[in-house]
Amino acid sequence: MGKLDDYLRVNETAINMRERRAQVIASNIANADTPNYKARDIDFNSALQSALQRNDASSGASGASAATLTKTDPAHLDGNADDTTADGTPLLYRVPTQPSADGNTVDMDVERNQFADNAVRFEAGLTFISSQIKDMLSVIQN
Amino acid sequence: MSLSNIFNVAGSAMSAQSQRLNTTASNIANADSASGPDGQVYRAKQVVFSAVPMGGPESSGVAVQQVVEDSSPPKMVYDPSHPMADANGYVAMPNVNVVEEMVNMISASRSYQSNVDTMNAAKTMLLKTLTIGQ
Repeated sequence: MGKLDDYLRVNETAINMRERRAQVIASNIANADTPNYKARDIDFNSALQSALQRNDASSGASGASAATLTKTDPAHLDGNADDTTADGTPLLYRVPTQPSADGNTVDMDVERNQFADNAVRFEAGLTFISSQIKDMLSVIQN
Repeated sequence: MSLSNIFNVAGSAMSAQSQRLNTTASNIANADSASGPDGQVYRAKQVVFSAVPMGGPESSGVAVQQVVEDSSPPKMVYDPSHPMADANGYVAMPNVNVVEEMVNMISASRSYQSNVDTMNAAKTMLLKTLTIGQ
């Protein structure tokens, strides 16, 4: 199974990351009128690199993913700070191009543009993974 | 499925924006109401939005934190024949700024539309996900 997993891993991780980014941008669009809300985003390139490294580390023989802490008591807090996503990807703040009176940094044009771009790349990822699966199936069947 | 969480986020924003639109409608409708249900002059109402965490640190929805009444003084209109006129012939009229309310209305409806678009895009992405391997 390991080889098949490795074969699909890059696209799978990328799709997961696209999904996460869609969520972050959807939150920005939702909060476009919330006073003092600061628009956020993830740096897709570096987030994907570090997610792939994490996956490689956890699938390796040692199996030790160094950065995760184990909760041994119900009173322990989740290690996630406000500035990382659930899997530890850093959440960055968008640099505003224009100031606003209510301290909100959501620029609707930027967010809608990024959301559409993200959605297209997400679908591209799905197409790639579908064709990889088709390739594997044809290898098995012929 | 973190994609389906987008429905919650966009949905919370849509309901908050529709509440804002409702408040605006009520303000415009009552722009000339010299008397409210309590016998006092109608005061303009505004919603206050706040971001609430929703299904993980990366996503936050919107909630209407409170509805505040505009504290600016009522407009005094000289109309001695009005039944609610005071000793000097002035009637207190609502402090609704109709221009401001129209701007609010357009902004609320645009934001609502953006969230509908977000939701539709998320739906397309989800449906496309279901076709993997077909």
